[in-house]
Amino acid sequence: MSDVVVPPAKTVEIDSHTINFGPQHPSAHGVLRLILEMDGEVIERADPHIGLLHRGTEKLIEYKSYLQALPYFDRLDYVSPMACEHAFALATEKLLGITVPERAQWIRVLFAELTRVLNHLLGISHFALDCGALTPGLWGYEEREKLLEFYEAASGARFHANYFRPGGVAKDLPAGLTDRIAAWAEEFPKFIADLERLLNNNRIWKQRVVDIGVISAEDALAWGFSGPSLRASGVAWDLRRAQPYDKYAEVEFEVAVGRHGDCYDRYLVRMAEMRESVKIVKQCLAKMKPGPVKVQDRKFTPPTRAEMKHSMEALIHHFKLYTEGYHVPAGATYTAVEAPKGEFAVYLISDGTNRPYRCKIRATGFSHLQATDKLCKGHMLADMVAILGSLDIVFGEIDR
Amino acid sequence: MADENETSDLELEAVASLPGVTGARRELGELVVDVGRDAGRALLSRLRDEFAFAQVMDICGVDYPQRQPRFDVVYNLLSVSRNQRLRVIVQTDEATPVQSVSTVWPCATWWEREVWDLFGVSFEGLADHRRILTDYNFEGHPLRKDFPLTGYVEVHYDDERKEVVYDKVRLTQEFRNFDFLSPWEGMTSLPGDEKAHGGGK
Repeated sequence: MSDVVVPPAKTVEIDSHTINFGPQHPSAHGVLRLILEMDGEVIERADPHIGLLHRGTEKLIEYKSYLQALPYFDRLDYVSPMACEHAFALATEKLLGITVPERAQWIRVLFAELTRVLNHLLGISHFALDCGALTPGLWGYEEREKLLEFYEAASGARFHANYFRPGGVAKDLPAGLTDRIAAWAEEFPKFIADLERLLNNNRIWKQRVVDIGVISAEDALAWGFSGPSLRASGVAWDLRRAQPYDKYAEVEFEVAVGRHGDCYDRYLVRMAEMRESVKIVKQCLAKMKPGPVKVQDRKFTPPTRAEMKHSMEALIHHFKLYTEGYHVPAGATYTAVEAPKGEFAVYLISDGTNRPYRCKIRATGFSHLQATDKLCKGHMLADMVAILGSLDIVFGEIDR
Repeated sequence: MADENETSDLELEAVASLPGVTGARRELGELVVDVGRDAGRALLSRLRDEFAFAQVMDICGVDYPQRQPRFDVVYNLLSVSRNQRLRVIVQTDEATPVQSVSTVWPCATWWEREVWDLFGVSFEGLADHRRILTDYNFEGHPLRKDFPLTGYVEVHYDDERKEVVYDKVRLTQEFRNFDFLSPWEGMTSLPGDEKAHGGGK
């Protein structure tokens, strides 16, 4: 034991204190617990603790049939429910090897874009609210309400829609809804212009967000960024353009790209994306034709009520679908969609039975939140709130 | 689409010839490679540097209790510059750690912490090896197939002790796991017909 070298005792004086931010702080965007090591007002280290909203979604899905698993996706990113459903529906369809009818694909693109506006309205207005601007929040919620009415008209629910099903959509759009959406698409750009006039050159807003939380393109890629946060750093990457799904290959839109990768650019990219979404919505409405909205194979989608009243076969199909569900051929797929926040993906493994063997959910905000430490280091405490707001995180999907 | 498949087939061959790759295939149009556990980090950093897979979008575990070794660790890589995805699968068991890639991609840290938390697969070289999603002081690895869906403990607020207490989970009704699998679906030969279809034993 005598030859063990004992290092000389060293006393290090650490002049830092730790702040426990959240989990019940209004700008923690839900239930984030952030341990901040501070040097005065400057953040030395940020350590996010997540999992306070963990509900074991992935485990629960392993015990559900594919149809029963779908509603869990509404509850992941509850600000943009249909975008999450979209990933699961596409993954299941890929394993089943079925192609969805044209009209269903158009409806999905239409509602995916309405969802994008829905998400960015909340994202931007909360971001502004975090930085002390109350008005965008009030305005944004009013506009959101109009979109939630479209949700309700199509699916029957304002938030937990359960609308995009494997094999199509739950039901066709009710009469008159497309006209209402068209009217909305005409007047919504005026709202975007109003919001821009309120924020774009607002001195207080710019002081809070310009050059705050800068991340370079290389760093953004290494930290697994995607969606608007990646594009704000100057990487023109959009899954709708690069790996189009459903009808995205047939619509025209611009991919908004920022340059500086700071909070202000992330805000600008989201504003530009809302304009593009309106363009896509208009194209969907113009190109949509009447037709079936789900696969006409009764092994995957239920028959109509009327059919069930006189057809024994239809009744059996209905019963089997809602008890046993369909068997998905064994295989695995990683299917991603461009959700409003970035790449949302499902890694689905099937073992040939009626339940997923494993359903891994690739949450967008997970990797964005992980970069908080990198983004916040050296910034003031108040900037941390702006950075969190600009990343647009929602704990439903991060904690799963 | 045909051209796209051809180029990615060439790519698959190139990746398959790298040291440590034990198998490469195309699954539903997606590129998948199996990699030996000891080659993990070296191979993945080559994939990043030479094949421009700048992003790891996801790392996750999969549990196959009947298989030896028991776990898969799955890396889903994305190349933004070449618009290509690649899935890398490494097999491991409970005892042997997998090489961490947190030095290759910084964002791997949280994904690896998650795999540790939910599956109990440990990572060699991971600086921050804490749990991430489950409760503080949680025991067990909930996404393993032998972990019950209802868990072992539940929490409630005890009004007398004025604190949140942990209890063994109590189910008012036994956990119901219905077997909806039809004995008829997917059955190729009916009972008694085994000889005719050559499937009899």
